[in-house]
Amino acid sequence: MSGGGDAKFFARGKVAELRIELNSDKKDKNHVRKKIALKKIVANMTMSNNDMAALFPDVVQCMQIPHLEIKKMCFLFLVNYGRMKPELALQGLPILLSDIEDTNPLVRALALRTLSYIHVRQFVEATVSPLRIRLRDPDPYVRKTAAFCVAKLYDHDKELVEESGLINNLNGLLQDDNPTVVTSALAALLDIWERDGGNGGTKLVIDKANAGKFIQILPDCSEWGQTYILEALMSYVPQETSEASMMAERICPRLQHSNSAVVLTCIRVILYLMNYIASAQEISALCRKLSPPLVTLLAKGPEVQYLALRNALLILQRRPEVLRNDIRVFFCKYNDPIYVKVTKLELIFMLATEENIKEVLTELREYATEIDVHFVRKSVRAIGKLAIKIEPAARECIRTLLELVATKVSYIVQEATVVIRNIFRKYPNQYESIISTLCENLDSLDEPEAKAAMIWVIGQYADRIDNSDVLLDDFLYGWADEPVEVQLALLTATVKLFIQRPTKGQDLVPKVLKWATEETDNPDLRDRGYMYWRLLSSDPAAAKSIVMGEKPPITAETEKLDPATLEEMCLNVGTLATVYLKPVNQVFRVARPKKLEDSPALQKHLLPTVQAMAEMQAMISKQAATRPKVETTNEGDVSAAVDSADDYFASVPPGNMGIGGGVVGSNPFAGVMQSPSDLIENNYGGMGQPPANFTQNTQGDLILL
Amino acid sequence: MLSGILLFNQKGENLIFRQFRNDCRPRLSDVFRIQVISNAQVRSPILTLGSTTFSHVKHENIYLVAITKSNANAALVFEFLYRLIALGRSYFGKFDEEAVKNNFVLIYELLDEILDFGYPQNTETDTLKMYITTEGVKSERAMEDSSRITMQATGALSWRRADVKYRKNEAFVDVIEDVNLLMSATGTVLKEDVTGQIIMRAYLSGVPECKFGLNDRLLLDDTGLSRPNGNKAGSKATRAAAGSVTLEDCQFHQCVKLGRFDTDRTISFIPPDGEFELMRYRATENVNLPFKVHVIVNEVGKTKVEYQIAVRANYGAKLFATNVVVKVPTPLNTATTHVRTSQGKAKYEPAENNIVWRIPRFTGQSEFVLSADAILTAMTNQKAWSRPPVSLNFSLLMFTSSGLLVRYLKVFEKSNYSSVKWVRYMTRAGSYEIRF
Repeated sequence: MSGGGDAKFFARGKVAELRIELNSDKKDKNHVRKKIALKKIVANMTMSNNDMAALFPDVVQCMQIPHLEIKKMCFLFLVNYGRMKPELALQGLPILLSDIEDTNPLVRALALRTLSYIHVRQFVEATVSPLRIRLRDPDPYVRKTAAFCVAKLYDHDKELVEESGLINNLNGLLQDDNPTVVTSALAALLDIWERDGGNGGTKLVIDKANAGKFIQILPDCSEWGQTYILEALMSYVPQETSEASMMAERICPRLQHSNSAVVLTCIRVILYLMNYIASAQEISALCRKLSPPLVTLLAKGPEVQYLALRNALLILQRRPEVLRNDIRVFFCKYNDPIYVKVTKLELIFMLATEENIKEVLTELREYATEIDVHFVRKSVRAIGKLAIKIEPAARECIRTLLELVATKVSYIVQEATVVIRNIFRKYPNQYESIISTLCENLDSLDEPEAKAAMIWVIGQYADRIDNSDVLLDDFLYGWADEPVEVQLALLTATVKLFIQRPTKGQDLVPKVLKWATEETDNPDLRDRGYMYWRLLSSDPAAAKSIVMGEKPPITAETEKLDPATLEEMCLNVGTLATVYLKPVNQVFRVARPKKLEDSPALQKHLLPTVQAMAEMQAMISKQAATRPKVETTNEGDVSAAVDSADDYFASVPPGNMGIGGGVVGSNPFAGVMQSPSDLIENNYGGMGQPPANFTQNTQGDLILL
Repeated sequence: MLSGILLFNQKGENLIFRQFRNDCRPRLSDVFRIQVISNAQVRSPILTLGSTTFSHVKHENIYLVAITKSNANAALVFEFLYRLIALGRSYFGKFDEEAVKNNFVLIYELLDEILDFGYPQNTETDTLKMYITTEGVKSERAMEDSSRITMQATGALSWRRADVKYRKNEAFVDVIEDVNLLMSATGTVLKEDVTGQIIMRAYLSGVPECKFGLNDRLLLDDTGLSRPNGNKAGSKATRAAAGSVTLEDCQFHQCVKLGRFDTDRTISFIPPDGEFELMRYRATENVNLPFKVHVIVNEVGKTKVEYQIAVRANYGAKLFATNVVVKVPTPLNTATTHVRTSQGKAKYEPAENNIVWRIPRFTGQSEFVLSADAILTAMTNQKAWSRPPVSLNFSLLMFTSSGLLVRYLKVFEKSNYSSVKWVRYMTRAGSYEIRF
């Protein structure tokens, strides 16, 4: 096709005009006019809202012209519109069928390729018998085209292909002398198998002999062919551990390939084979081989970098030895695209240890002053999480956070406040000295999460903050406008204040409890309000032990995958699902699920799922051993649990449930209690009612307390 | 695999739309335009909507988009898009909107050839150019001609024609290193590494077998040739000859026999004709930094920033770097700058928020200084300046930061001709950043 100045044809044209141009009677030497008209049509096919299908009869006429360039354009038209105008497309069928018999292999292949793209019944049916011949064509180029052709037909009409026996012919091509033909046949078979979804008749079995052959021809295949072979090897199940290690050994050289698809797919196969290798030594040798190629992918384009990083996140969880000493390569360049930076940040967090923490903190501190707000926030959050993850580094992390708070940039301060709250939870009563710094920045807090975090700190340390009541009162000023998240925090903090410093809190508590129970539509808030109210009025000592009780420890909430997902993702290294790091079928519903096939070589005890299960069982049996059996109720039987709860509460004297009885004389509630008690009575009837009623919230759902 | 390939210009006009599977519908081009091109929030090259995934790469002023269904091999998708760009550049010189519009029919033809049912086929430029050309197809090719093409496109040597002939057999080897540096404000090196490329231009007749040798430490240790590892921070490429380099990792063009490299680290191959990238490598040990940069930046109140920047060339006095460009970031609210330099020219570029200091020729062992003031305008919303790093660009001939050296290139061909080989070394700045 003549190249160069075609841009002038790349303009919107009307169907009628183009038709006239195509059919003009003027002298047309070498079909130059026709060619130009066809180019304009091809250009217009692409433009949106410009349907060229009406030109079908005219274009079909042109197919007769014995000129390859014109033919190719006509074929493109046919592929695009064939499906919309099947009856017109049929006129092109004889021409294609005769081309399949052409002496020129390129023409034969072109015809075959075009024919099989057209989603029209007659075309599909007409393809079958010439295809059978072309699968045995003397020319390898035609054979490889024919191989993909079978997969295409399968896409159009599954039954037809299954009945025709073409799949058998395709299997035969796996024995071909030409490596390109073999890999094409393999790719076609994999495609058919993938779309079969597991319920059809196809079954992919790759035995030892096949696998051996594929690996043998691997070096002779094109880079894409190598990728197809490596993908196919995922369906091979090693029966002996020596087989698996031998195979891993033989494909290892592919890690040095310049094509990242070959490299990542090779990593996938090696990770897969590791599940079948018994020797810990071999596994760690293989792990060592995986790191450099992964890092080298970071010199590729940003898209492949991103992919490599996402996969590193995954591989690191399954095989921590990989990349263990490579934290510096994940330091961000200033000009990295943001998606690369954010993933690098996650990796830095995962690879941080007590040894490199200083370096990491300096780096994160740098990121926290960059421009992109999202990235800055993630960096600040990472610093806080590191304080929780690496205990000896906590002080250093907090120092860095305080430096950042000193910048007074609103979103940095807010993010820092949230993570400092978590640090307080993890290390209670250790770092209170920084509270005053936090308090200096109260005014810049305008996000609910940050406000709630600050309020939590004030409540928790109410006895150590001199003016905690004033601070809380300030926050309470805007109560009505706050989101529920903040209101809940305020409610709890006020109660904590009262418990720790009754004199300071006694004015605030009734006010807040009243708001929480009377002036809100939110059931959670109201429930919590009532709960505190009753607790405080019935048994202040119990209230103290509950409200100020010891909290369960928190861990750095890493984005760790659950064992089943991790196992599945490792079988999908390099695919789109690894970008999302979610189970494949959550993102792609129709994808064929992959799982580890059992074999005598499978190292079951080392699988993440099996290990997690074992841990859980160990925990349960330990608990069962230490804890005397008290409850006889059947676990999981909700109605039984409700009944027993009913029995329990029915046996409690009504006074204890309510407000009047059991209140200690000095309790400041004694006086205030009157009106709310009415409220409870009105809403829920008598005090002696079974608590099942009490838990009925505004939506009418039953919640078991 | 791929369901379709789409090309867009920056305005979101669809320039090329080629479907390979029935699940790729024309309306998907509108979806991409709306969801990615006109959406400023997009931050990822991959977008999945329902079962359809759009993977895109931006090149020059066009978007190249691959559409896939289900859980496709993403590495293959992007690698293919990169390859498409390389093909476009090799065919048209530059692969941008203009080139696409000027060659759209040819691009359709190429796409039909390099993707079948969405599976990448032979993407070797050399082979493709045999039968898809910008000069128009010689329609009625001789029969044997076609079968030669088909053998080539499917053969084990898909990258090379057998009938190459040169009167003078020559091979040029370019060792090009990008040295990356990240230095902290306190002057400690946070990260230094070298990513190298070896580009070969082979003008060799017949089917030559090449063997290529580097001063690779593993290889030298193996063959017992190694001298004591004395690769101290030398300042010339020749100095490194005394020692050897440790290559962290290498990746090779598909013509290199990887199996042999794996067993005995020999790099042997039958090269494609003309220019190609033979290998890429990475080195992290004993990196020779060509430039030492010393940066002092003072923010004086809210109205002025003072800069003192000294750059020292750390290589031999006989060498010189060219096109040295130092970019010094200035705050966004810079009004004017006053700059003095001891060499070269410096200019404030407001659009880039940079003072750009250019030194056309930088002789080894010399040191040049820039001092500057940036005067700031008052801003109502005073936001802290993010202080992007100072960055350097340069190229330096006859120097490798890693110390890598080509030891030999042997060519074996059955006609046993003699050939001339040339080697050239160059070190460029990859990402050479100094924080302050």
